[in-house]
Amino acid sequence: MAEPLPLEVRDVVKSFGSRRALEGVTLDVRAGEILGLLGPNGAGKTTVVRSVVGRAQPESGSLRVFGQAPIHPTAIDSRGWVPQEIALYSLLTPRENLWTFGRYQGLVAAALEAAIDRSLEWAGLADRAKDRTSNLSGGMKRRLNMAAGTIHRPRLLLLDEPTVGVDPQSRERIYAMIGELKAQGVSLLYTTHYMEEAERLCDRIAIIDHGQIIASGTREELVHSTLGNRETITIDADAPVGPALREKLTRLGATVDGTAVRTLAEDPPRMIRELLEAFHAEKTPIRDLTLKRGSLEEVFLSLTGRDLRE
Amino acid sequence: MNLRHDRAAFVLSFVVPIVFFSIFAAIFGGAGRSTTRKITVAVVDEDQSDNSRRFVEALRAEGGLAVVTAPEIKSGKAAPFTAATAEAAVRAGDFPAALVIPKGFGAIPIRFGPEGQHPRLTLLSDPSDPVAPHVLGGLVQKVAMTAMPESMARGGMDEIDRWSGGLTPQQRARMEEVLAQIRQQRSIPSSAGSRASGGNSGSGLVDVDQRAVLGQKKKNPMIAFYAAGIGVMFLLFSAAGAGGALIEEAESGTLDRILSTRVSMTKLLAGKLVYLAWLAATQLLVMFVWGSMVFGLEMRGHWGGFLIMTVATALAASTFGLLLAAVSRSRMQLVALSNLSILAMSAVGGSMFPRFLMPEVIQKIGLVTINAWAIDGFQKVFWREEPISHLAPQVAVLIGVAILLFAAARRVARRWEAT
Repeated sequence: MAEPLPLEVRDVVKSFGSRRALEGVTLDVRAGEILGLLGPNGAGKTTVVRSVVGRAQPESGSLRVFGQAPIHPTAIDSRGWVPQEIALYSLLTPRENLWTFGRYQGLVAAALEAAIDRSLEWAGLADRAKDRTSNLSGGMKRRLNMAAGTIHRPRLLLLDEPTVGVDPQSRERIYAMIGELKAQGVSLLYTTHYMEEAERLCDRIAIIDHGQIIASGTREELVHSTLGNRETITIDADAPVGPALREKLTRLGATVDGTAVRTLAEDPPRMIRELLEAFHAEKTPIRDLTLKRGSLEEVFLSLTGRDLRE
Repeated sequence: MNLRHDRAAFVLSFVVPIVFFSIFAAIFGGAGRSTTRKITVAVVDEDQSDNSRRFVEALRAEGGLAVVTAPEIKSGKAAPFTAATAEAAVRAGDFPAALVIPKGFGAIPIRFGPEGQHPRLTLLSDPSDPVAPHVLGGLVQKVAMTAMPESMARGGMDEIDRWSGGLTPQQRARMEEVLAQIRQQRSIPSSAGSRASGGNSGSGLVDVDQRAVLGQKKKNPMIAFYAAGIGVMFLLFSAAGAGGALIEEAESGTLDRILSTRVSMTKLLAGKLVYLAWLAATQLLVMFVWGSMVFGLEMRGHWGGFLIMTVATALAASTFGLLLAAVSRSRMQLVALSNLSILAMSAVGGSMFPRFLMPEVIQKIGLVTINAWAIDGFQKVFWREEPISHLAPQVAVLIGVAILLFAAARRVARRWEAT
């Protein structure tokens, strides 16, 4: 019999009062992969994660962690959770925090000590192990938050926006930590609203909006299924786009927002030529022109009509 | 600003002083009225003469006294108190004082001369109540005047006879006539007699030996009371404060994290209870050891009872703190709620001043507090020096309270479970 998937979520519905948070979410995390759950704030990412860790009870649908219900001891022991907020004891040191969460995970004695040392090393906090947690930098706290969620070496890790509010340098360290986990064969569900992160880290991506998974697959699959061969052309005008130019651009299928012009093109060279001719004819100078192969941003925009960053 | 958004805390910050003021007003406002506090005394009539019975009836008629002549039992009639059982009852804290009327009292109850050879009443007292023996002593003298007029008259006549060189037969016959008239007036109810002579309390008519039945050897008799009273109050405060960690855990997200592991809410609360109880027990230990080092509180010979009472009190106080924390939605609410409940409990429960000084109604209300039972238990250990088995009611109530409060806290804490 094949080993059950690390995570199977089927048709999960969850409401908070009259507000529907999840409208029948279905997704899988396969062994050893990083599944990115990408969506804007309020889309339902955290509710999915909280349902998987047993902190939210869906009205319907099913959740299975390695084939078991979320509150089954096997499921509890094999999953780890790094919540979005920094859920640590700020008056304790990193070592004491890890000791506390290690004990809650059932670790004792030498195994606990070894796990603390390993986690401090992994998070790059060995030299700050005895400082007060409240005195650590934001990035360090984030890494300690991750270490606390993985001290028991889970086989499935749920990472809920682990890089929110983190500077670029610290972000790189967190990416490196995630890379190590992946190398160890840990399966991850990674929620984010940063497309770059999803593109860079995730093997597959599920896009969630208004409590529904609206598309899922590898980056290429998503781009291909949503955008086909079209590529994105963006032009930044050096002066406001006048009515005549706007009309011409709209006729070419481009959208105009202030000085920004954007369009998807099946035949980019021809479209670029036509756009440039229109600008030239209306004597409007151009500051910048970019051609981008299909991005997740375009995918999201195309699927929802909204920008992910909005 | 925060307070305005936390309505419960906002309201409580006004309610706390009003409630507290009202409690004190109830305790002290009525303290001057005779109806507020009746002193219950055990009276032993070893004499069983007409005079002694009248004397007891007159004591019974006094508004400030509640006279008990036999122990209360559920069914049937108990045998009247003897000097020994009355003393035991005072020692056990059932009565603040007892009065023993000895044999032969009825024959010569009143002293007129300096060397009167007559039986002396014995007033047994519990020094932890400094008021009761004085009140009882005063009323004994008053009642002697009013309840036994012919005895007083005869006593006076005998003294005149002795010191005046002897009465003539005519004088003696006239005196006997007067005494007969007084006897006739005895048909007047004793309570009426008592009222008629109100205010004329007199003193020294009846010889009374007052004896403290316990605590005579103690260096500082009230120290155990204060250690227990203040100790329990601060135990409740610190348990509520430490229980507040639960609120912080809920706010910081660590509670979520813990509950996503194999640790259930029941286990978590039980763990918190163990910690809080350990903390509380240590606090009491430190307090009593300090009391013994600085104020001469005798720990020797009392360790067993002390430890049992400490564990029971610590458990009850800790579960109280847990429940408060579970009920409160914020730290501010917890502070307001714990101030209100703990100060109120401490006031009526006897942590601030002894319960026996309070009006009867407040004394009864006090029995719903942890303070009252804990203080009673510690008093039994240190003041009355009763055997450990006598702590059963206090320990049973405190443990029972702990179980109930824990169950309530567990129920309230459901709001933190998966939603």
